[in-house]
Amino acid sequence: MSDSDDLVSTPGADVRMPTHSMMTSTVPPTTPAETELSGAMQVSERKQARRENWRLIRRRPAFIVGVFIVMIWTVCAILGDKITPHHPLDYRAGTHLSPRLKFPFGTDDQGRDVLSRVMAGARDVIKVAPLAALLGVLFGVILGMMMGYFGGWLDNVLGRIVEAFLALPVLLVALLAVTTLGTSSGVVTGVVAGLFTPVVARTVRSAVIAERDLDYVTSAKLRGEASTFVMFKEILPNVSGPIIVELTVRIGYAVFTVATLSFIGAGPQPPSPDWGAQVSEGFRVISAGIWWTTFFPAAAIASLVIAVNLIADSVQSVVEAS
Amino acid sequence: MGRYLLRRAASAIVTLWLLATIVFMIVNVLPGDVGRRVLGSFAIKEDVARFNHQIGTDRPLIQQYFTAIRRLFTVSFGNSYQSGKSVNSIIFPALARSGKLALLAFLITIPISIAAGIYAARRQNKVADRIVVTTGLATSSIPEFVTGAVLMSIFCVNWKLGHVYANPPSGTSLFGQLPYLLTPALAMTIAYFGYITRMSRAGVINGLQADYARTATMKGLSKGEVMRKHILRNALAPTITVISVQIGYLFGGIIGVEKVFNYAGLGSTMLAAVKSRDIPVLQGAVLLVGVIYMVSTLLADVLIAYLNPRVRLENAR
Repeated sequence: MSDSDDLVSTPGADVRMPTHSMMTSTVPPTTPAETELSGAMQVSERKQARRENWRLIRRRPAFIVGVFIVMIWTVCAILGDKITPHHPLDYRAGTHLSPRLKFPFGTDDQGRDVLSRVMAGARDVIKVAPLAALLGVLFGVILGMMMGYFGGWLDNVLGRIVEAFLALPVLLVALLAVTTLGTSSGVVTGVVAGLFTPVVARTVRSAVIAERDLDYVTSAKLRGEASTFVMFKEILPNVSGPIIVELTVRIGYAVFTVATLSFIGAGPQPPSPDWGAQVSEGFRVISAGIWWTTFFPAAAIASLVIAVNLIADSVQSVVEAS
Repeated sequence: MGRYLLRRAASAIVTLWLLATIVFMIVNVLPGDVGRRVLGSFAIKEDVARFNHQIGTDRPLIQQYFTAIRRLFTVSFGNSYQSGKSVNSIIFPALARSGKLALLAFLITIPISIAAGIYAARRQNKVADRIVVTTGLATSSIPEFVTGAVLMSIFCVNWKLGHVYANPPSGTSLFGQLPYLLTPALAMTIAYFGYITRMSRAGVINGLQADYARTATMKGLSKGEVMRKHILRNALAPTITVISVQIGYLFGGIIGVEKVFNYAGLGSTMLAAVKSRDIPVLQGAVLLVGVIYMVSTLLADVLIAYLNPRVRLENAR
């Protein structure tokens, strides 16, 4: 079985996200000469290239807008009810008041201020999503590195398992696991990270396969270096581009997944404020004309997902261009 | 071609078996007594034991595993713990309903997004192109339930254009069901539009720069003819892959939309089965989704191999 096998040509279960370009799931089109050069590149040069990339990323307007929105929500998440106009659990206002000066986003079915709840509701997703993405990428890198570097039967067996996991609906497995193990944010983080691992592993695997037969890897092996050294000290720096892109894309997905999970009831439980849960409490009364309890938390989710994707897109276009 | 197909099909069967194993493991990791969970905490011990014996959850795990695998290959998943009806009589009608919704969504999405892709490609890096690309990026990253809820509040409540519940009254003709399904389908269109647009735009841009397009222009074909006869044929191959992969993806992502619009499709069935621990229904439904996903990616690969001899021959080794 060759390396360009169907594992590579079968796109992931989640190709919907536009930033996850098809390029990442195929072998990167680097010519051997180029990679050899970058393999021999001095540490200082690499640092300089990285600084240059960072400068290019910072200049993109999409990146600035994205960072700005993420920062607003992060501040809300950290300070929570210290900066909300009302306490998020205060039910003393009238129920279902439409938006007005005192309650800019209106009040919900229990007379709580929707604006305060939206601000405080950022906490869970801001905490869980980046951590889940980071863990998923970490495990995925280890797994993908092993599959790509060792190849052979290990790659074959793990590859089949990864493919089977990719055919599972992510949301459903997450829901299943969360109903079993509980809805604490630790469990949600672990489950989302676990579901992201195979996707990341596949990307890393194809990047590693493009590297493993290059001269710098061969010479490291001939020097008698241990496999772990070759994998993580020699190959890893040269595949860091796709990994960084994958991380930013995964954070976007994590926000998406965490919000959807809490919408279908597998997240923070009432009365604690959470965007997905707020939408699921609110949408039943939309038909009665009460749109604000649903609309504002929904818009909050949308703004955060879009912001993360703007950042991911900027990072991706700079990394892929270099 | 035949050998290629055979190999892909064989690997799909292996994947399917693994999928069944994974589902079995997840379902059986669930701690607690199945009979107790289904019958409730007030049921007497003997009833719970009898129920467990009846559905086979008191047998050794390995036996249960073989039963699960046999059920997969004979497409009979037993009876629902909740309603006692056969699983097939629950999941297939649900699949048909979800399929209807998905079909409508794709009938709207595909022409719009391919047209938008071509439009943007022709105006590459101009304002119109930027607007199309950014809109696509933004809308397709929002969860379906969010777009669904927002559409519902604007479309169905403020403008009174659609129905808040997607379930049509029973006996409604296929055509009469359309207005009920339109708003959820639009929510899905918004979610899937961006990616397909992006792919077709990239394909057309590649095609416009290719030598064959220049040759076609030089020999005097009009712009429209060059696009139709030369570029689209080449440019749409990656788009086809994306579309068929999304068909598989869609059935996983449909849960949110179905919940918002209260639609009794496969997503709602799975959600209800998880909450009530209706394991046979859950196993059947998840495997069904897995099969759909695999068949659609298989179909995509075959289609690409058919359209592009290079892929076909490379894989025939």
